[in-house]
Amino acid sequence: MSQKVLDALKAKFGDAIIATESQHGDEVALVKREKLKDIATWLRDDAAMAFDMPVFCTCIDLLDWRPVKAPGTASSARPAWDPTGDGKSPRFEVCWQLRSVPHRHRIRLKVALHENDVKVPSLALLWLGFDWQERETFDMYGIDFQGHPDQRRIYLYDEFIGHPLRKDYPKEKRQPLVRRSDLVGDH
Amino acid sequence: MLELVTTKLEDVANWGRKFSLFSYPFVTACCGMEFMSVAAPKYDIARFGAEFPRFSPRQSDLLMIVGTITEKQGPALKRIYDQMAEPKWVIAFGVCASTGGFYQNYHAMPGADQVIPVDVYIPGCPPRPEQVLDALILLQDRVARKDGHSQLRLKREKIVLEQSRALEDD
Ligand code: SF4
Repeated sequence: MSQKVLDALKAKFGDAIIATESQHGDEVALVKREKLKDIATWLRDDAAMAFDMPVFCTCIDLLDWRPVKAPGTASSARPAWDPTGDGKSPRFEVCWQLRSVPHRHRIRLKVALHENDVKVPSLALLWLGFDWQERETFDMYGIDFQGHPDQRRIYLYDEFIGHPLRKDYPKEKRQPLVRRSDLVGDH
Repeated sequence: MLELVTTKLEDVANWGRKFSLFSYPFVTACCGMEFMSVAAPKYDIARFGAEFPRFSPRQSDLLMIVGTITEKQGPALKRIYDQMAEPKWVIAFGVCASTGGFYQNYHAMPGADQVIPVDVYIPGCPPRPEQVLDALILLQDRVARKDGHSQLRLKREKIVLEQSRALEDD
């Protein structure tokens, strides 16, 4: 539906667009982290793009995830996912969904990150609506948004250790702040 | 003789308390909808004398925990409970407040009784208004029988005090 946005992106930024896809009517562009800010600024300011509305920002934890085997492939092995071609599967995908109200088109920008390097440029100063969304993504996944004006936890308390929506967070692990003194045992 | 008078006086006071529970609704989640319908004319909790929601814990003696309690809310809930004057009673409204309900994860507390004592638990997600009224009647019985948790605690404290006085006198 917004294929022309993808085409324009590819024409303008070439190499910085690693991959594109269209899923359920949504166009997705996987972009290089270093170029994210330039791409986002252009998307916002160019008259033909005019993405004026931030829809959401979130993160996908791809721990041990492998793509579904493409139909018609002979081998039963599912190849590891490696969009950047550096031989390593990324652990996280941070995504920002944008919408243009005047042109009625949408696009999703994605950045792939490796486990030990979770820094990503913040888009909160381009669209103020991403401020709290990026704080939530930091809170839940521990993504480090570089240049965010106020990166603090938004839902959880400061005493909380870890990031609960990461797939390797133990799913029933609680970190209580208070308990009754007359209760015994750990909870 | 004096003992007889004070016990009778306490019975009268408890009879009064039982029909004039001032509730503090600690409403955090979807159960609040059902709380509203209990309070509204159709089911009308006023028929049992508990119609006055007080939004200051210092003026209420019944804490209604309505909805999911998160770990982050724990300190606030404890503080509100501590601010209420004795004697006080606590109702856990719905499975979330009683046991954590279907939440078994990083954020939900497995029942408000992890932080404060609870007198009556109401199951249901959310409970029907009839269940709430039933719980209220159960609680009124406890008030009259003097075995609400804070009444029992006061009694225990009195006994301990008397025993230590007796020891001092010896
Ligand atoms: S018990 Fe059910 S209705 Fe009540 S707060 Fe929990 S989830 Fe909501």
